[in-house]
Parts: sequence; structure tokens; C-alpha cells
Amino acid sequence: MYFEYKVVGGDFTIAGVASSQVKKTLKQLGIDSSIIKRVVVALYEAEVNVVAHAYEGVIYVDIKGDGIKLKVEDKGPGIPDVSLAMTKGFSTASSSVREMGFGAGMGLPNISDNADSFRIETVVDKGTTLHIEIKFH
Amino acid sequence: MQVELIYNRALHISRDICIGCSHCIKVCPTEALRVSGGKAGIHADWCIDCGECYRVCPTRAIRVMDDDFKDIFKFKHRVLLVPSIFFAQFEDAVSRKTIYDIIGELGFTEVCAVEQSIDTLIDEINHYVKRAQEPVISSFCPAVVRLIQVRFPSLIDNIMKLLPPIEITAQYYKKRFERDSIDERDYGIFYLTPCIGKIAAVKSPVGGYTSPINGVINMDFFFNKVYLAYKQKVPITTSIRVNSAISSKGVLYPTTGGESKHVEGNTLAIDGMNNVIDFLEKLENEEIKNVDFLEIRACDESCAGGILCYRNRFLAAQTLREFAAQMPDKHHLIHDYKYTCSAIVHMDKIEPRSMVKYDRNIDIAIEKMENARRLKKLLPGIDCGACGAPSCEALAEDIVRGQAKVNDCIFLRTILEKRGEISIEEAIEIMESIWGAERFNN
Repeated sequence: MYFEYKVVGGDFTIAGVASSQVKKTLKQLGIDSSIIKRVVVALYEAEVNVVAHAYEGVIYVDIKGDGIKLKVEDKGPGIPDVSLAMTKGFSTASSSVREMGFGAGMGLPNISDNADSFRIETVVDKGTTLHIEIKFH
Repeated sequence: MQVELIYNRALHISRDICIGCSHCIKVCPTEALRVSGGKAGIHADWCIDCGECYRVCPTRAIRVMDDDFKDIFKFKHRVLLVPSIFFAQFEDAVSRKTIYDIIGELGFTEVCAVEQSIDTLIDEINHYVKRAQEPVISSFCPAVVRLIQVRFPSLIDNIMKLLPPIEITAQYYKKRFERDSIDERDYGIFYLTPCIGKIAAVKSPVGGYTSPINGVINMDFFFNKVYLAYKQKVPITTSIRVNSAISSKGVLYPTTGGESKHVEGNTLAIDGMNNVIDFLEKLENEEIKNVDFLEIRACDESCAGGILCYRNRFLAAQTLREFAAQMPDKHHLIHDYKYTCSAIVHMDKIEPRSMVKYDRNIDIAIEKMENARRLKKLLPGIDCGACGAPSCEALAEDIVRGQAKVNDCIFLRTILEKRGEISIEEAIEIMESIWGAERFNN
């Protein structure tokens, strides 16, 4: 089952719409709540990343019987140093983003912690694509 | 629609009074209601006993499954546990003494304040919050506990595993009767409830617990009885034992913020069903951080807005604030409560109540869900309710579950008629099957 959600850079008021929708779907499918929690946390972090750093993005969701695959593709600045971005507490978020309670530098590590498989493709000045997989069993 | 009775619920729809107006299907937070055959039906498995449907029913077809008042006379000692909100239903001219006397005249031998246990409970909560998974969600409001069981199962472990005040007070009474060597068959503990959720909570408690409460009395019904006796100046011929010990904290506990303000750390108080759902969504997404304790109540203005309350919620809450201002910080039974109840305030793990929408087999569930999504695109998306379901999405789900048909939708039916695929007679028959034949007679 496929879903697609558009994400707009800079609009924090709608960040979380995709994760809420995916959560609702997984609940209706009767997925274990601890797994739903991991999906929602990972996707929400990814969503906020796009809003905070990129110009725009699309979230592709693919749900099958054994698990969920998320692809979060954005047009944006890209990540110059992926290993640095994966360090807990490292953040390039602007002060205005931090004032809204985001940008603590936990985004990517948090996604990685919650995923069974996590991969980043990034090109500086072009954009970033995250591949996240979480198994249901 | 198939209606299964899984657990003891507190609401019942009288089919002979229900006019199938569909007001209730729109307000149900778990979409547990449908209209079929001109009558509303509850999907028992999904009902959380919040009573939102009761609030909007124009014909009072939704009945509360309270206990027969006459049951109290089966016992020699008849205690009524009265919530502070009950006294706030009366105009200021009606004194507490008058209300106590009438309660005695109506048949009770003793009356006690439900919130007598609050001071002990607050100590226990503060102790609990320090060691528990954050944020702790109060177990006070039974509709919220049930909402979490059904709609937010991932938050179940956040629910505080301490008994609500009514149960602690009831346990105190049980222990007191035991201490006085009064036979179990000789005393009856009754609870006067401002809401439907608490009836369900007493009849089917969560967390591996059995309530010592013998019966639950509907406050709406009892208010009428007391007020009528007051108006008719019924002579008082009996005397009632009054155990009115209560602190200012206890009086205000059922009002919004009355619980959270006594808990140490970062606390928040949320009331009103829509606010609660919105907040729990965010909490479940882990968008809310650094909160230690959450007071969450299903009714706007908490128990002052209880389903079975008669008086305006803001006036009732104000009356409680005025009364609390005259009450002391402590009462003389606090130590007795602590000694008697500390061992019994804890409850076991609360189990989720799964709301299986499609199928337990994930592959079948995905297939059905995809069908429902395709169907939803065909439906008009205006959630008119003319099919008897609360929304187009709910109809699509009902169809793939085999509980409704595509041509239950009035829009799709009109298109089928235009194409000549169904006759006008068939269309009317469908309308009658949903809304009842009599409705179209005039």
C-alpha cells in the first residue's frame, strides 16, 4: 500500500501531518504499538528535518505485510558531512528553528535508532534522500 | 450492523425511543455508532462510555445503565458516597444540612464525601510520579482511560496505576465496616455519579481490580429526587450519619487543574474531549516533551461538565471554588486514610482494547484497507451521514467489512439511478432500510 505526502520547507505548523496519517493507518492495521511508536518517531524527525532545512520534499510510504519502507526525498542544501550530522547533539539549525523547540541535533541519530535499516543519500546544494525501513515482526 | 457485547457497558439505546436522528453518530470519538433500520446502534467493542452521545440525544433514547434505587434497601447500613460536585448543583439557598437530611429521608443511613481520600492520594501520586515512566497520565477520568485503551494503546503504560479517589474512599468504608465487625451482607456502599464513565469504571474496572461498590446512582436522577423533596418541603423523620470531612484540595479535585496543581514537577491540565484527543495524538508522536504529570479529563470543565450534571458547568465550578475557600487544608481523617488505604491504592497493568478495523491477518488487513481507500475516493467526501455512518471514511470501512453496501451512499445511489442500474423503488427500499420505513410515511 502506497502513500505520498508533500512537505513544505519552513512550515512547521503542518510538520507531523504525514506521521499522524501513517500512525492512523498502522493502528487500523493492528500493528503492535511499540513498532508504531518507532515508525512515528522516525518519520516525524524526518519530516521536521525537511521543514527545518530543505525547500520542499516528498515522503513516500510503502506498507507491506512484513514492514514499512519510508523514503523521504528533499530538495535542499544537502549534508556536507554525514558522519558529523549523525553525531548526537550536532545541529546546523538556525536560532529561529531552535526557538521553536526543534534543532537539538537529535534528528538523524534518532531516526537511525528507531529504524531496522537506515540509509542516507545526499548531494550538497541538491538535496537529501533518507531510506528508512522498519519491520513489523 | 453486527453488535457484540464484550464488556459491561454503561450506555444502552432504547430502540422504541430512538428516532434515528443521527446526532449521536457524529459526536462519538471512536465512531462506534451507526444508524440502521431507523435506529442508532452501538459497536460495544469500541464504546468508551464517555457519554458524548447521551449529551446530544434529543429524545433521551440513550439510557444510563445505573442501578435500581430500591436496591439500597437490601442492606441495613446504606452509605452514599457523594461527590462535591453534587452540592454545587443546587442554588446557594439550599444548605448542605438540608441536602444531607433529605438524603437520609430518601433512605441512606450514612453519607460521605467521595473526595475524602484525595489528601492521601496526592501523597501517593507524588511518590509514584518520581519513579514512573514520564509523563504520567492521571487515572482519574475513566473515559480518558478507556479512550487510551481503544485509540492510544501505546500510551497505556503512561496511565498512573493508582486507583481513582472514589475507589479509595469505598475501600476505606469497606475496611471500616470490617473493623467494626459488620457482616458484608449488612452494608451497602453506593456511589452517586456525575458521569457515565464512572458507572462503567465501577462495573468493569481496569487494572485487575474488583470494586467494593454495591451500586451506582445516576446523579441526574438523584438530583431530581432531592430537589423535589426540597421544593415539597418533605418532613424529615430520620437522622443520617454525616461524614463530611473534606479538605479544600478535595473539594476542588474534580475541577480542571484541581489535581495537577498538587503534583510536583511540570504538570498540565487538559479538559474537553476534542482537546484531549488532539493532545494525546501529539503525545503519542512524542512531540510533547518535559512533562511529568498530565491531568486529562474528557469533559469540558472536568466533572462540573459531567454528563449527568444539571447545572451550568461554569456556575457549578464557581460554587466549588467558593466552597473550597471556606474549607481547611486538611481534615481529621487523613491519618486514618493513610493507615487504612496505603496498601490498596495500587492497581495492576491496564490492558489495551484493540479496535480491529479490518482483520487480524496483516496481509488481509492491508488488502481490505486498500479497498476502503479506493472506495473512499468514489464517495463524495462531505460526511453527510445519510448512509447511517458518521463519515465517508467510516462507510468505506463498513463496506469492506461487509457491514454496509456501496449504494447506501445517497450520492452513488443517485448516479446508479440515473444510469438505470437501480430502480427508484430499490433506491427507496435502501433509504428505508437505513432510516426506517415509518419515517417516509408522512
